[in-house]
Amino acid sequence: MTEKTFMAGFGGQGIISLGQLWVYCGMKEGKEVTFFPFYGAEKRGGVARASVIVSDHEIASPLVTAPDSAVVMNMDSLPLCEEVLKEGGTLLINSSLVKVETRRKDAKVVKIPCNELAEQIGEVKIANMVMMGALSKVTGAVKLDKLEAVLKTFFPESKHKFIPMNLKAIEAGMAAVK
Amino acid sequence: MAEEKRLMKGNEAIAEAAIRAGCSAYFGYPITPQNELTAYMAKHMLDKKRVFIQAESEVSAINMVYGAAAAGARTMTSSSSPGISLKQEGISYACGADLPCVVVNVARSGPGLGGISPGQADYFQSTRGGGHGDYFHIVLAPKSVQEAADLTYKAFELADQWRMPVMILADGLIGQMMEGVIFQPAIDPASLPRKPWATGHQADTHREINHISSIHLVPAELEASVRARFKRYDQIKAVESRYEEVNVDKAELIMVGYGTSARVALGAMELARKQGIEVGLFRPITLWPFPDKRLGELAAKGKRFLSVEMSMGQMIEDVKLAVNGKAEVSFYGRCGGMIPTEEEVLAEIRRILKK
Amino acid sequence: MELIYGHPKSLKPIQTKYCPGCGHGVIHRIIAEVIDEMGVQERSIITNPVGCSIWSDLYFDFDSVQPAHGRTPAASTGIKRMLPDHLVICYQGDGDLAAIGTAEIIHAANRGEKFTTIFVNNAIYGMTGGQMAPTTLIGQKATTAPYGRDPGEAGMGYPIQVCELLATLGGTKYLARGSVNNAANIRKTKQYIKKAFEAQLRGEGFTMVEVLSACPTNWGMQPVQAEEWLEGNMIPFYKLGEIKNTLAGSEGGTASSSTNGGAK
Ligand SMILES: Cc1ncc(C[n+]2csc(CCOP(=O)(O)OP(=O)(O)O)c2C)c(N)n1
Ligand code: SF4
Ligand SMILES: [Mg+2]
Repeated sequence: MTEKTFMAGFGGQGIISLGQLWVYCGMKEGKEVTFFPFYGAEKRGGVARASVIVSDHEIASPLVTAPDSAVVMNMDSLPLCEEVLKEGGTLLINSSLVKVETRRKDAKVVKIPCNELAEQIGEVKIANMVMMGALSKVTGAVKLDKLEAVLKTFFPESKHKFIPMNLKAIEAGMAAVK
Repeated sequence: MAEEKRLMKGNEAIAEAAIRAGCSAYFGYPITPQNELTAYMAKHMLDKKRVFIQAESEVSAINMVYGAAAAGARTMTSSSSPGISLKQEGISYACGADLPCVVVNVARSGPGLGGISPGQADYFQSTRGGGHGDYFHIVLAPKSVQEAADLTYKAFELADQWRMPVMILADGLIGQMMEGVIFQPAIDPASLPRKPWATGHQADTHREINHISSIHLVPAELEASVRARFKRYDQIKAVESRYEEVNVDKAELIMVGYGTSARVALGAMELARKQGIEVGLFRPITLWPFPDKRLGELAAKGKRFLSVEMSMGQMIEDVKLAVNGKAEVSFYGRCGGMIPTEEEVLAEIRRILKK
Repeated sequence: MELIYGHPKSLKPIQTKYCPGCGHGVIHRIIAEVIDEMGVQERSIITNPVGCSIWSDLYFDFDSVQPAHGRTPAASTGIKRMLPDHLVICYQGDGDLAAIGTAEIIHAANRGEKFTTIFVNNAIYGMTGGQMAPTTLIGQKATTAPYGRDPGEAGMGYPIQVCELLATLGGTKYLARGSVNNAANIRKTKQYIKKAFEAQLRGEGFTMVEVLSACPTNWGMQPVQAEEWLEGNMIPFYKLGEIKNTLAGSEGGTASSSTNGGAK
């Protein structure tokens, strides 16, 4: 198994933390992982993108050029993801912000209203965690079982109070995949 | 027992490995894409009461390293391409004075200010003695976060063993990406043996005085000293050249790539295999000394080569020297911060092999 | 004629990519206004430094030259010596001027090079993401001063008062420090810049205007909070005003105690 994912959104949507936590959980489940954020000179705003790979084997190029799955967190990211997604790949779309249909007819499309689900839980900022739950359910690359213990080692002690909320968001994302 | 695997950026892994290797003095100046390395050192050297200085420039930082090395410390500086250019003067002096130190280049793309995206266009500068004068120093090229950490330990050992600067040539991708890494145990700097040639602590042993200098105004003396150093270079070439080979026996074509481009080549190799094409990868880990002997052997077996680089073609000159006309050598590269894709490299393989 | 509301001609009518609350944009604007007022747009050349304001060539509507980090005053020297009737503006950040380019600024100032330096002091490295600058205040946190700037045990040095430092050099004729944290200070800063530019074109000697400027992003503050922090922390240490004025026809000398060879 090798799951290559391309993640895109705008700065501030938590693309970087989503990618990092995804590979961290993968690593804790015994997988080989790499996470490469595209870094730029601009400090604020703009697009945030990351190449993320989880595999049972040694990983070749850390650069994801033909992803098995693409996470589309906002409208601007859709054309970008459509362009790179491999034939028959999966588009995971944040349907709270992306209201149009994809032109990639070959793609498997999974729509998750990440912002709405996150708001219901009480914090729109964890929309990225909703997406992570969906990504796990759809790809199966990272199982996200024993998650609570893993989150405790990922977040510093001072942030542990937010773990229950994050868990809820991830579960909501899993449940939202039909 | 080995420690638990940690998820870290290459930049941070190099910093942590340096601290564990007993680096007691770090000097740096901010530059993207290596800033996390300097920031990590600020935090973790200062809290261990070791020396951390943000110098006023790269020129200053390398000369602080020169001083700390002359005082016998395990010492390091890091930067990225434009800053490494500024350090070249200091590196030349350190080579001339036989001072061990570690210099990390998390390379970006030039020339000039260029861009901050990953590049491999500093190959010539790193492997040819980038400053003035007749000299070389060891250059290590990691391909992953784990190897970046491992080679950082190794760099300090090699520097002390051979009394020379050792450069780690990474790039923005290796520095910025996160992967799992397991660290070796930490060395207490105080437990490292004293260097008999270094300055300081004369009162402890009443040894003869030591002079650290690169000056020799008598040509015959300078020639003798350079020749002695080149004898050492021959020994280094004989024992320190490192490389990794994948599938070279079965391959019709062997890609040669280091660091990030080796990872891309490996991906291209997997894609090629799915199409029934057997190619291999030869990955130099030491760029100086370049593993030319082994490449020469492979050339003698009738292999062809494809140098894959993030430059307009620099390492390919070493590949050509190594095969010495015995094999055909082709080139595929991207520059300006563009990273070649596995698909592009595969297309090049098919073009060369007419498959 | 004073342009107050209209968009200055010397500045392109596009939105900058500086962060909200960043001082660079305001400083660009007042420079452009002064150039328009003096009618020298087609005789102006800026050296844009390595720092966030490297993008200034996207916004200023006149020629520009982009040198290596810190070497801006050396490049400006070359330009001004070749084009002495041009207005040459050497725009620099605190890292560019007071760290890597210390030698260049001191010697350009000491030679009395006849360009004007606009020195943007935001007490941090903006472009590279918040490292300590030579002007970072004691105790102020930065990514490379994670426990705060400590001149004591950690040996991180003291914040450098650049105007006062350069005031001792014979070649310097006009050194002023302004701030762009409120309308009144912006107006005063603009006057300083105009005085400096006019002195440059008269060929009097080295002129510099230091401008205190907010970097909300790397100070980790909201724009309003950043202006308050500047007012409450930077201004008390970096005193505003004309630090040295030995221009022809002016009464003022240098505000700092030591001066050598200032008057010929
Ligand atoms: C030789 C060299 N070293 C380091 C850098 C990286 N670098 C880019 S901008 C900068 C400093 C920016 O700070 P400052 O001058 O204060 O300008 P600001 O962004 O705060 O306006 C540095 C160190 C570089 N480009 N070249
Ligand atoms: S990082 Fe600071 S100096 Fe740079 S544009 Fe943003 S606010 Fe301005
Ligand atoms: Mg600054």
